[in-house]
Amino acid sequence: MSDLLLVPEKRFEKQIKETKEKDGIELSILNLGPTHPATHGIFQNILLMDGEKIIDGEGTVGYIHRAFEKIAENRPFYQINVLTDRLNYCSSPINNTGWWMTVEKALGIEIPKRVQYMRVIIMELARIADHIICSSVMGVDTGALTGFLYVMQYREKIYEIYEEICGARLTTNMGRIGGFERDWSETAWRKIDEFLEEFPAVWKEFEDLLARNRIFMDRTIGAGAISAEKAISYGFTGPNLRAAGVDYDIRVQNPYCSYEDFEFDIPVGQNGDCYDRFCVRNAEVWESMKIIRQALDKLPAEGGYHADVPDYYLPPKEDVYNNMEALIYHFKIVMGEIPVPSTEVYHSVEGGNGELGFYLITNGSRVPYRLHFRRPCFIYYQAFNEIVKGRSLSDAIITLSSMNVIAGELDA
Amino acid sequence: MSLTNEIVQQTLSQQFTPKVENFHIEHDMLAFEVKKEASFEVIQFLKENSGMNFNFLTDVCGIHYPDYAKDRQFCVVYHLHNWYDNVRIRIKVFLPADNPEVESIVPLFAGANWQERETYDFYGIVFKNHPQLKRILNMDEMKSFPMRKEFPLEDQGRTDKDDRFFGRTGPNC
Repeated sequence: MSDLLLVPEKRFEKQIKETKEKDGIELSILNLGPTHPATHGIFQNILLMDGEKIIDGEGTVGYIHRAFEKIAENRPFYQINVLTDRLNYCSSPINNTGWWMTVEKALGIEIPKRVQYMRVIIMELARIADHIICSSVMGVDTGALTGFLYVMQYREKIYEIYEEICGARLTTNMGRIGGFERDWSETAWRKIDEFLEEFPAVWKEFEDLLARNRIFMDRTIGAGAISAEKAISYGFTGPNLRAAGVDYDIRVQNPYCSYEDFEFDIPVGQNGDCYDRFCVRNAEVWESMKIIRQALDKLPAEGGYHADVPDYYLPPKEDVYNNMEALIYHFKIVMGEIPVPSTEVYHSVEGGNGELGFYLITNGSRVPYRLHFRRPCFIYYQAFNEIVKGRSLSDAIITLSSMNVIAGELDA
Repeated sequence: MSLTNEIVQQTLSQQFTPKVENFHIEHDMLAFEVKKEASFEVIQFLKENSGMNFNFLTDVCGIHYPDYAKDRQFCVVYHLHNWYDNVRIRIKVFLPADNPEVESIVPLFAGANWQERETYDFYGIVFKNHPQLKRILNMDEMKSFPMRKEFPLEDQGRTDKDDRFFGRTGPNC
């Protein structure tokens, strides 16, 4: 049996003994996690250390595995949305919208332009919220708490916008098959405008705090670097891949939700290190704001807030009580009498961390036969041990936060 | 000339028939089946042939089809992506029920490592020559492969459990 199949502690103990006998060097095992502050979630790294230097490591994940794929095989489409919330919970609206688009693709539903633009707005807001957390937490992990507390206020403002749109803040469960559950209120639009007005100055200030800060640069430049070839081989996507210099972005490669209507740049880095990841995320926030502004400008007045698909879109509750047709549709949707073709669909969206894919297999019933989430975190996190091998522990900490590993997405 | 689904299909049929079969387009994506003994070879060809250039492994996952014939009850699905011409393909490899075994593609794509471990963890599909084939999300001591269809979710209405032990009644005693 290969040593790699052992529990990491056993494997490392063996190695410690061998090194002691051979070179007289005393290595030690360090548990980074499951609840280490730098993991920002629950997953563990067992590291073999020579003083401050990491010799080897192994990640053990699955601490918050909730069997989403299994549960999804037993839930109708509209109940799976709450599962997607809990993948990357820093940017739930992207997951929600990605899921609805997968279902719409399978069912062959056309979405009005206005709804698509609204979805773009909410997804870009979610991306900003995601990047706010990741970038500011990098500050925290290098010892600068101020920036974090400062920009966290603005994540709060984004959450207020979510609240206005769907009533929830973190796990949003936003939208329906075909669009949104209700039209956005005046307050929601006003809050978006306010956010766009106030936030740029704040984000500029935050960037100025860290981007050319000597301490921050010393900690992050060159730390946790990965080359473009390695990153592609490991299945990196999203900001982490772009930091390595590859301009791969699903919003451009396979535009969904009318992303082709908007002008925006894809920021790329050069070295794929922590500093580049930080810079790429910061630049993406500016691009997201650009996209939101364009979407607000171009937003069609006509088109409503959902597609006209009575077979799948729940009618308003008042109509269910007063209108025969609405009652019939309501009954059919709730009891699962909706027409579903037997098909296989793969749909992906650019999530906060990279390519978030949904592979849906239906067999004509109202529940998926199989639903697989392509979770970007899970795929790129496996490169972590190789990245930090031979580096110091403090590099590992900052690498972990710069990769933006979200435990919910890691474990499904 | 940029790569299209037709070219992929033609090239593969010329090179590998009868080990590739059942080509069809599903929602713009070319999907086909590969015999299990040729899976590594075909994926290697798709990755390394200069005309094909499928440089990115998007996804690996398993499926269980308990209603299919004995020799094709398990399935490993690979999604590959050619970034240069933006072509995606789906490869299905069907495996027999009693001995689901397929060649690991970790030598081609390092990112397949955990995805294959996940597939093993949930379906019990064995990836030959995988460097570290052990469970990943479930605990090591687990005996069953929970995503197989023979394991249903617990019945929500079952009454044979004593609620007191699950903190579901008022005073937790």
